Amino acid sequence: MGMTITEKILAKASGKSKVVPGETIWLSVDVLMTHDVCGPPTIDIWKREFGSSAKIWDKDKLVIFPDHYIFTANSHAIANVAKLREFASEYDLPNYYGPGTDRYKGVCHMALAEEGYNVPGTVLFGTDSHTCTSGAFGMFSTGVGNSDAAFILGTGKIWEKVPESMLFWFDGEIPPYLTAKDMILQIIGDITTDGATYRAMEFAGPGVMSLPMSERMTLTNMAIEAGGMNGIIEADELTEAYVKARTSKPYEIFRSDADAVYQSRYTYDLSKMEPMVAKPHSPDNKDTVRNVQGTRLTKCYIGSCTGGKLEDFIFAARILFGQQVQVPTFIVPASTWVDQQLDVETVNGVTLRDIFKKAGCQIGESSCAACLGGPSDTFGRAQDEEVIISTTNRNFPGRMGSKKSAVYLASALTVAASAVKGVITDPRDVM
Amino acid sequence: MEKVIQGKAFVLGDKIDTDQIIPAEHLVYSLSHPEEKKKYGHYAFSGVPLPESGLPMGHIPFIKGENHLSDYSIIIGGGNFGCGSSREHAPFALQVAGVKAVIAESYARIFYRNCVDGGFLIPYEGYEKLNDKIKTGDELEIDLAANSVKNLTTGQEYLLKPLGSVVSIIEAGDLFEYARKTGMLQG
Ligand code: SF4
Repeated sequence: MGMTITEKILAKASGKSKVVPGETIWLSVDVLMTHDVCGPPTIDIWKREFGSSAKIWDKDKLVIFPDHYIFTANSHAIANVAKLREFASEYDLPNYYGPGTDRYKGVCHMALAEEGYNVPGTVLFGTDSHTCTSGAFGMFSTGVGNSDAAFILGTGKIWEKVPESMLFWFDGEIPPYLTAKDMILQIIGDITTDGATYRAMEFAGPGVMSLPMSERMTLTNMAIEAGGMNGIIEADELTEAYVKARTSKPYEIFRSDADAVYQSRYTYDLSKMEPMVAKPHSPDNKDTVRNVQGTRLTKCYIGSCTGGKLEDFIFAARILFGQQVQVPTFIVPASTWVDQQLDVETVNGVTLRDIFKKAGCQIGESSCAACLGGPSDTFGRAQDEEVIISTTNRNFPGRMGSKKSAVYLASALTVAASAVKGVITDPRDVM
Repeated sequence: MEKVIQGKAFVLGDKIDTDQIIPAEHLVYSLSHPEEKKKYGHYAFSGVPLPESGLPMGHIPFIKGENHLSDYSIIIGGGNFGCGSSREHAPFALQVAGVKAVIAESYARIFYRNCVDGGFLIPYEGYEKLNDKIKTGDELEIDLAANSVKNLTTGQEYLLKPLGSVVSIIEAGDLFEYARKTGMLQG
């Protein structure tokens, strides 16, 4: 009986030749990532439990990206970032990316990829549920809370229950009106928000392997929205080229065996799929864009680790070129690198930034911003009974700010098309 | 570990996500500062829409006035309790508010782990849906040895799923105590 890619990576990290789903194992962690919301309490727990002589198990393997509450006057948020800065200088941490310096990177999951921390075959834990994003690089990655992170910080180890794997196979080539966001909204709608709880979600097939890295990251990013422990995509030449350009760390490519056992298999034909939305207030409340077409909007939002990557802005720019937005439209690049690319990347000879500005969009600084609401002065935050269409990944009540607001999740194509019309619009109608 | 947990039930619906347990805007407070951490208790479940807060009638605030302690110490939830973010602030907020146990149909993985590894509260799963059988305010008694919950108000008794492989962490108190007991950690 063969093993899946997830089982193989977990076997390696636990020093075993074979693991089976349901088995509890102890893993050696390759990278621990934390940010400004969960970093400070993690440090407090670590100090409390390991005492005054507490040692970080491996400083090179600890990565800190403050990203959530960065551009705010909230004094508590500022104190949290200050605490991380002091911790980084006290322990002389090599991988601290402080806001306000030229090392600041923006949203952690994007930054992990850009800075070369995503390495095929390795195991990465982070104090953020969307840590599953890194699985797009053929590695095991998942989110944990502060106590687990503090335990890793002191020992480099953590327990995990080997997950069963689910296989999501995509045939065909992606049509120009579809994106990875539509693919994953379809899946989450099909299996619901707990359809993958405690399981690995493996994305495969020619339709997946033809996607650029940032689109693959959109698939794995939202594995947690189906309850998944991790999302994973086998590494290929594209992955290797991306990784080699950013790090010299050794990597190992694992592939699922032909006779690997899956809890379930789903097959999709990309040519038959439709642009999708998740209606308020749950990521599995799926519908086609066509069915909710015409819904009045008060705001459009393109940003976050799910939908604020360079490809997302290229999608949006193709539609916003030469157009005017009809409702306030907020653009938040996921990382400072993506932000810089807005001045480099062009559509029809015009930079993305100019296209967005001329269309009347507001462009914010790289961070999580209104993806999770945040303090009251957060850029793009949902107010009152707003109706928003957003490229982010969660639309639970109050997620983007106001508890009374209603959020539709969609692709950057659909959000841009909707911005141009002021109502929810199928991108095929404006392309 | 206590052998019996007694308290009033607070009943909620399905998919209570971490933004409902503790809205993101409150995540800025310190979890170790003795005064600031009380805010987590004060805002526990403040993201639950009022009609769904305290079923079956709803409109029951979990926290009254300026308090940080709730009258309710046992939460009865539906499916996928604790879905959403990895914030350990969620089980922490419930602990500060005085919650001792949650009984749900199922849990999101990270919330479940956080409850256990951080030693905040006991996450039990029922064999059947209980949030349509137990009412907010019912007096409950959980028997940890028997894995059962008795509704003292109605006399009904329900079996709960055994805690499984995490029971040794729960019995030790949290992951760190467990690691000390088993010799993984010194001191
Ligand atoms: S952008 Fe949103 S989903 Fe991504 S890490 Fe930030 S808050 Fe979480």
